[in-house]
Amino acid sequence: MSERIEGRKKPNPYKGLFSAFRNGSNATRLSFFVMGSGQIARKQYAKGALYLLLQALFFVYLFGFGGRYLLHLFSGNLGTKVSGEQWNESLQIFEKVVGDNSFLILLYGVMSLVIIAVFFIVWAMNIKGSYENDLRIREGKKLPTFKEDLKSLANEKLYAPLLIIPFTGLLIFTLMPLIFMILIAFTNYDYRHQPPGKLFDWVGLENFKALFSLSGGTSSFAAVFFRVLAWTFIWAFFATFTNYFLGLVIALMINKKGIRLKALWRTLFVIAIAVPQFVTLLLMQKILDGDGILNKILGTNILWLGDGRYFSLLPRVMIILVNIWIGVPYTLLMCSGILMNIPTDYYEAARIDGASTVRIFFDITLPYMLRVTTPYLITQFVGNINNFNIIWLLTGGGPVDNLYYGGGTQAQSTDLLVTWLYRLTTDRNPQYNIASVIGIVIFVISAIASLITFNRSASSKREEEFQ
Amino acid sequence: MSETKLRKNATKLSNAVVYTLLAVLGVLWVLPIFYLLYTALRVRPDTGIINQLFPANLKLGMGNFTRLFTQTEFSTWLLNTLFVSVSSCILTTVFILMVSYALSRLRFKLRRPIMNVLLVLGMFPGFMSMIAVYFILKAMGLTNSLTALILVYSGSAALSYYICKGFFDTIPKAMEEAAILDGASRLAIFWRITMPLAKPIIVYTVLTSFISPWCDFIFVNTIISDREKYTVSLGLYKMINSEKSSFNDNFTLFCAGASVVGAIIVTLFMSMQRYYVEGITSGAVKG
Repeated sequence: MSERIEGRKKPNPYKGLFSAFRNGSNATRLSFFVMGSGQIARKQYAKGALYLLLQALFFVYLFGFGGRYLLHLFSGNLGTKVSGEQWNESLQIFEKVVGDNSFLILLYGVMSLVIIAVFFIVWAMNIKGSYENDLRIREGKKLPTFKEDLKSLANEKLYAPLLIIPFTGLLIFTLMPLIFMILIAFTNYDYRHQPPGKLFDWVGLENFKALFSLSGGTSSFAAVFFRVLAWTFIWAFFATFTNYFLGLVIALMINKKGIRLKALWRTLFVIAIAVPQFVTLLLMQKILDGDGILNKILGTNILWLGDGRYFSLLPRVMIILVNIWIGVPYTLLMCSGILMNIPTDYYEAARIDGASTVRIFFDITLPYMLRVTTPYLITQFVGNINNFNIIWLLTGGGPVDNLYYGGGTQAQSTDLLVTWLYRLTTDRNPQYNIASVIGIVIFVISAIASLITFNRSASSKREEEFQ
Repeated sequence: MSETKLRKNATKLSNAVVYTLLAVLGVLWVLPIFYLLYTALRVRPDTGIINQLFPANLKLGMGNFTRLFTQTEFSTWLLNTLFVSVSSCILTTVFILMVSYALSRLRFKLRRPIMNVLLVLGMFPGFMSMIAVYFILKAMGLTNSLTALILVYSGSAALSYYICKGFFDTIPKAMEEAAILDGASRLAIFWRITMPLAKPIIVYTVLTSFISPWCDFIFVNTIISDREKYTVSLGLYKMINSEKSSFNDNFTLFCAGASVVGAIIVTLFMSMQRYYVEGITSGAVKG
């Protein structure tokens, strides 16, 4: 306990690795090259052996596997040797040659970089630990035993065991793939350059130029991109606010004084949440189909989800309507929770002043709700920008509109950025490079929105205030 | 006197309007679900089914459910999904609790930077990196296996720590401080004090992470190609959306399957509705 407090008083007794090398003992200096030697010299055998083992494993990985991909990665191109058949002069036959695979070079290259980064942290910890020991000895203090080290992991260092496993998962399944896909944005990885048959290579900012420069005419990537972007925003706006207001209004109606069977009404809507979204969406797709039940009942012949006229206006409206069906129960649940928290004195005061129900709604309820739920609204907005399921399952992005979304862009008229991205990566003629740029655009949009939320949200500033 | 009567009448009228609106909306919300159940029970005619609401030779019964369990792989899919969702919900919940506790209750140098990094990572669309995830799994020799699904579902759990951390932030610190004075370790406090208090948020996390494998089909579609290893969502999706089936084929079967999945989730949901509401409201209010 006392050590911890003292450690805090001197915030950084060792200014980085450099001073550790200059001021540390020889054992510490040795641990720059042979990890764990500092600990072993101080008789912390278990800890030292652990470090040594990690270093050995790292070298085995680097020289046995990762190193050659790293070399490729830093050689400026993603492979030179194409796989295929080669004429062998001496044997007089065609031989199969396994060439470079740009994809694997990039993937394993990124993996190796991540592993090196992790190893660097472990390496720095090893040196710092050893240098800390040096300082302790100089001050005449006892060194912690292995048992005490373990004990500190359940106390002041509890965060380390708590975080390490979830973060390993994050590293492998989120961070590494992400770095990989971001790098793809700077290559020409598409159906014309698909390993193992063909190689792809760095192209700098070409993909960004293709997507953002408007010089290419009305069916160029850039023109289509801005159309998809515009619809993405229009959709997200309507989807968020229709849900919000309708949910709020229904919640108010159920909460109204004198309305009976509140639980029944609420359940009626809440059942919709319990039906898995993909079921609802596939069902709606069938109901709204040209041969579907809706047309049968109405006696019409309307392509609810496939009418491409007026910029596919009808499918777009239908998507927003279906989304209301899916989303309103959620907002209803949330709103009725918050409505109960509005202090009743507000209402009583307003009623004594003789305010009408409508005025009370606009002057008390709505401002209160908006203030409390702004973070929720922004999160919803971002969520809707990324709402893949509803578009993919209802219209699949369609109807196809070759006039405005044609060319090689593979976009369709109700595509959001995400569904377009998905089609670009899973189509028979994939264009991973463009998809990756779109992914980065989505990131920038979400990042801006989330920054606003984060700055406004209560919990980031007032973490301790609830205490 | 007459004024109160007038007011009473006005209330009555507005209540009547509200009742009517609620009834109309309620019917709109329930109708598709009835249609789903109705179609599921429709044994004959089983093709051209969507074309008529009440065909002449209509026959209702449980036939589709029998067919579902005897002639398709539906029961295998159910077991697969159950396995995946139970495993991934345990892992996800444990991960989220660990991360949230560390970020809410413990103080260490990298706490702020870590929270910022998690925020940024969460902003990239998940399936932008799906192809890369697929190849990483392939390198691990894990494609086409349920283990891969579990890893993918729970691997990025740490990103959704936010709601849970918000909840931990509201638990008073006084009790923990008393326990520290009594000599309890941080780990013991985590287990004996925080966990029991966190029951609503644990239930909420378990519920949401249990349900997500039942609804996802994009990742399953990428990772799993073996029909025997489908989860229900992908199985049902393929049932009515594969190249082989035409528009009306299998629609009754699909509805039957969807009702089974729906029933499972409804049961779960209704039994834990209270916690769910607490969860989303706490998440919304605290950001």
